Amino acid sequence: MLNDVTFGQYYPTKSFVHNMDPRAKIVFIIAYIVAIFLADNFFALAAVTLFLIVAVLFSRVPFGRVLRSVKMILFLIIFTAILNLFFYSSSEELHMIWEWKFISVSWEAIINMIFLAFRLFLLVMGTSILTLTTTPVALTDGIESLLTPLKWIRLPVHELALIMSIALRFIPTLMDETNRIVAAQKARGANFETGGLIKRAKAVVPILIPLLVSAFRRAEDLGDAMDARCYSGAKGRTKYKKLTFTWRDLIGLLLFAALIAGVVLLNTYLGGKFEIIGYFVK
Amino acid sequence: MEAVTFENVKFIYREDDPAYAVNGVSLSIGEGQFVAVLGRNGSGKSTLAKLINALLTPTEGKVTVFGMDTADAKQTFEIRKSAGMVFQNPDNQTVASIVEDDVAFGPENIGVPREEIGKRIDFALDAVGMQAFRHSTPSRLSGGQKQRIAIAGVLAIMPKIMILDESTAMLDPKGRREVMDVIKKLNKDRGMTVILITHFMEEALEADRAIVMHRGEVVMDAAPEEVFSRSEELEAYNLTLPRAAYISKKLAEGGMPVKGAFNAEELAEEICASLQKI
Repeated sequence: MLNDVTFGQYYPTKSFVHNMDPRAKIVFIIAYIVAIFLADNFFALAAVTLFLIVAVLFSRVPFGRVLRSVKMILFLIIFTAILNLFFYSSSEELHMIWEWKFISVSWEAIINMIFLAFRLFLLVMGTSILTLTTTPVALTDGIESLLTPLKWIRLPVHELALIMSIALRFIPTLMDETNRIVAAQKARGANFETGGLIKRAKAVVPILIPLLVSAFRRAEDLGDAMDARCYSGAKGRTKYKKLTFTWRDLIGLLLFAALIAGVVLLNTYLGGKFEIIGYFVK
Repeated sequence: MEAVTFENVKFIYREDDPAYAVNGVSLSIGEGQFVAVLGRNGSGKSTLAKLINALLTPTEGKVTVFGMDTADAKQTFEIRKSAGMVFQNPDNQTVASIVEDDVAFGPENIGVPREEIGKRIDFALDAVGMQAFRHSTPSRLSGGQKQRIAIAGVLAIMPKIMILDESTAMLDPKGRREVMDVIKKLNKDRGMTVILITHFMEEALEADRAIVMHRGEVVMDAAPEEVFSRSEELEAYNLTLPRAAYISKKLAEGGMPVKGAFNAEELAEEICASLQKI
């Protein structure tokens, strides 16, 4: 059911993007999100989309896999798009198409809806490239490294990262445990498949309680095992895996700088997103 | 110097417990010994193990590891560096989701430089024969393999003593064999002091010395062959004989002239010898 290291949706292959420093990738994804929301006309939006396509090509993850990640929030995208279509309002005068009581559809609303849906779409695709090409362990390391400056304000960065990686490591173990408990309760006549919502919710209790008890027992064992292996917090600790910033990350950095600059330039010189309305309405 | 000494050690988990978990134990274990500690559930054998590496400290008496007192909190770190411990459940002692990261955990904790950690991972994985699984995920390995990784995780700290607290109890026979082979090799080739807590009598036969615990006390302490030759005493402590020893005892009782045998080969030879006499 669960494959490998690969909890989440990691797609194991070798590629340019896979080999990038996880810290760089996290920073890039933030830059990309900024770029998506900066893009304010169709040219800029096209540039951002093109960038995503190139990134997917370089990651060697099949497009289908990347698209699948959108499926989960498709409903959210459609829902917000519809709300935006009917309830768009602005301080400026709108080019109305249709009006009924407080609901209206305008050219501006349609364009706004397209932008909103497309931005959400790109946002999810972009972040899923990150999770598809980076193992959870590398992500945790990256986050730890990026948060290191916060040690100055006494944030326990090392401990937080350790908690994250232990949580990831225990997911398959606890999954197995859950399956075992479900089987055990079924063998004793528990019914999880029929009944109303409340009945089914109640049926979960005899799974959760043993799971919780066993998780605490495991935590105690793990604590002992960590003590026995000389764990005593971040102080005096070395790290085996070192993250290294390579030429790949430098290229990535340059590309992202170019993207942001490009989006800003396109925004400034090619007008706002509503100018296109002029072609339809006089 | 003795690797481990117990001086009249008593331990109680909670003040209102009716009995001591460990009650007046005195013993010493020399460096390089392979000691098996036997006893039924609740006999205090696991408590004994945890007293050695300062996971527990004695209520009364004194435990030392290479002369260091476990009650002295300043020494705890050094004690744990020299006395590593492998636990029962292989699933509950790995911290990372990749083998090499997990093996690196111990050396990282004691501040080994990065290049040296790489060498230690090589050494530890070689010693347990798991080099091929360096980049695998522990949750996908078999029980015996997971436990060998746990042993590698302890080895990477380079301790002089290895304590195994029922580390084979949750494994299938194949996994048990794998782990026992690794332990024996460490003891023979590297002179590692091994303290094996177990309730499998066959495993105790592979040790130099067997200590039997009963209700928190050490009731027998001798070579395994001697311990198993006192079968009535063992029965009183709810322990059984190794299978071969049990069969040879029954055969002798039935009138067949076999001497006590402890493993299948010895037993077979004894039976052949006695058949030739007829």
